[in-house]
Amino acid sequence: MTDRQATAKVAAAPPGPAAFHLSINNPTVRAILAQLGVGLAVALVAWYLVGNTMDNLARLSIASGFGFLDRQAGFQIGETLIEFGPQDLYSEAFLVGILNTLKVSGVGILLATILGVVLGIARLSSNWLVARIAAFYVETVRNIPLLLQLFLWYGLLTEGLPGPRQAFEPLPGVFLSNRGLKLPAPADDPIWAWVAALFGLGVILTLVIAGWNAKRQAATGKRLSMLPFGLGLIVGLPLLALLAGGGGAIDVPVLQGFNFRGGMTLSPEFAALLFGLVIYTAAFIGEIVRSGILAVPRGQTEAATALGLTRGQLLRLVVLPQALRVIIPPTTNQYLNLTKNSSLAVTIGYPDFVSIANTTINQTGQAVEGVLSIMAAYLVISLSLSFLMNWYNSRVALVER
Amino acid sequence: MSIRLRGAVALAAAYLAFTAAPALAGPTLDAVKSKGQLTCGVNTGLPGFSNPDSQGKWTGLDVDICKAIAAVVLNDVNKIRYTPLSAQQRLTALQSGEIDILTRNTTWSLTRDAQGLDFAPVVYYDGQGLMVAKSLGVTSAKQLDGATVCVQPGTTTELNLADWFRAHNLTFKPVVIEALDEVNAAFFAGRCDVLTTDISGLAGVRASVASNPDDFIILPEVMSKEPLAPVIRHGDNQWRDIVTWTIYALIEAEEKGITQANVDAKLKDADPSVQRLLGAQGDLGTGLGVDKAWAYRAIKAVGNYGEIFERNIGKKTPLKLDRGLNALWTNGGLMYAPPVR
Repeated sequence: MTDRQATAKVAAAPPGPAAFHLSINNPTVRAILAQLGVGLAVALVAWYLVGNTMDNLARLSIASGFGFLDRQAGFQIGETLIEFGPQDLYSEAFLVGILNTLKVSGVGILLATILGVVLGIARLSSNWLVARIAAFYVETVRNIPLLLQLFLWYGLLTEGLPGPRQAFEPLPGVFLSNRGLKLPAPADDPIWAWVAALFGLGVILTLVIAGWNAKRQAATGKRLSMLPFGLGLIVGLPLLALLAGGGGAIDVPVLQGFNFRGGMTLSPEFAALLFGLVIYTAAFIGEIVRSGILAVPRGQTEAATALGLTRGQLLRLVVLPQALRVIIPPTTNQYLNLTKNSSLAVTIGYPDFVSIANTTINQTGQAVEGVLSIMAAYLVISLSLSFLMNWYNSRVALVER
Repeated sequence: MSIRLRGAVALAAAYLAFTAAPALAGPTLDAVKSKGQLTCGVNTGLPGFSNPDSQGKWTGLDVDICKAIAAVVLNDVNKIRYTPLSAQQRLTALQSGEIDILTRNTTWSLTRDAQGLDFAPVVYYDGQGLMVAKSLGVTSAKQLDGATVCVQPGTTTELNLADWFRAHNLTFKPVVIEALDEVNAAFFAGRCDVLTTDISGLAGVRASVASNPDDFIILPEVMSKEPLAPVIRHGDNQWRDIVTWTIYALIEAEEKGITQANVDAKLKDADPSVQRLLGAQGDLGTGLGVDKAWAYRAIKAVGNYGEIFERNIGKKTPLKLDRGLNALWTNGGLMYAPPVR
């Protein structure tokens, strides 16, 4: 519409609110109608699908609804973070599964990040051999399907290690066998609660001092070394409590019957899944880190070198903070991938959420509810992670003035 | 594999969401005839029951039941499509119409029967057992306190196992692995002390996977009743009748001494009940929706129940299983066909 036509139209219309015409020619009306149409179509499709599903389920006399969550699960789970037995409910079994998924994803994300950063920096190393080894690692690992890598790790751990009766004992009380790594663990003793509390207090105090130290440095340019404070508060405080209490009881694993009793266990299933996920995802994170570092203009490096920063300081204080802006968004993708890939656990026997939901589906026959639960759980985990990373991204993003 | 499994479950969910009601209501028999093919859900590989050989040819007791049904409705044992299914996929695959019948060592239980499924007569009376390495020196399951147990999910096995250990106040740690091959591999690698599944399955695994079958023993405790029966969708009565009576015909044939070899000669047998069964006289097939030579074709294709048993899992096979509960009722077993008349 040309300007003159528009002006003519405005001039022709009566003044005031009456200018609104309920006509198909009115763009506002058309827009609202279009929105309504799309909304209606989506609602109709959804209504049809849900209704049809309910009809089909009823006709096949398959139960529907989430009532099964309040029933006794009846099955046992091999690895749990909370107490669980067959007499517990399906809802508790689900919780165990979600915690197991969070455990492997959380530890996996942490380790994959560390390994990934090391790889990314190594690929850019001026040392020819280090750079080539990193490149070889990345190209090999990211081009082999994760499932195969999981089978490889699981096979190595179960076939390669001896049985519990012939377990390796590298340190007293530490046993390595195809039943996993058995470690001594704190026994049921109140002193361990104190130790944990003081450890937490130590971490908090260290953070407070670090904050004060940073402010002081900004104001005066003087900086205290944080190492003695951190070590003293985080390690010293709990250790002092332990010594004051005369040491705590420790639960050492012992071979009894045909298996170890007591202690902590790192199971081969968890280890294989963790290795697989960390090694696979780190290859991708390594490339992201490399791209992030390369994205920092060369002038920054030169300027930092000119100021006399060491190579470590240059990386830590100049390059990485700027590289983070490029690194964070694609790394979020990798974190989400790692979490979702953890569902491959079913193939090697780690009881993650999918594995437990599958058992539930089979025992109750309620596939629709089971699949919905799996989808909801992953959606919640992924959205939370994504939210967290977006928040962090907005913090490190360049603040434009 | 897990991806395929999740695909199948999601597909089933999608199927329930997208198909209109009449798609499943139609009789299975018509669908099978118009396709000219019977789709049987079978195990991904269980020696003696359903197992593909190196050329991809399927053999086993469950496979023979499927062949007998194909012989009855299509008169051709080659017009079968075998769909290998994991324990978890199988019921969903049947409910969603992906297969016409499930002949895959499936335990008949109330929960499953009430899930929109129907069970045909039992083709093998089994029970859940435990297998351990002889070197452990264990002779009874009651000595298994604290043991690690390898188990495949999606079976009644997981539940029986937990129930049995609970009832005997023993503890155990399950390692639940989805693929059958992987469970077996984990057990033989020593990841678990115990492997549990139906006793027939244990015998099959021991015969085919163990490097030295004599190093392993199946403990005497039978932890559950596992009547294995073919499964069909609920509500298709005609299809159910055909499957039911095909199995009964195979049992009846054993009782009457009709074998794959002598079935032609038996057409002229003096015994009227044999003549009726084989369709030489009368027309029992019409009531089922098939022709009168239905049972003749089934027996001609796979032999009677006893022959099927001996060929696949009997004393001369690596599984070396006794007839036990699966003997004819006349020999003290549970195999009993209602009168075919």
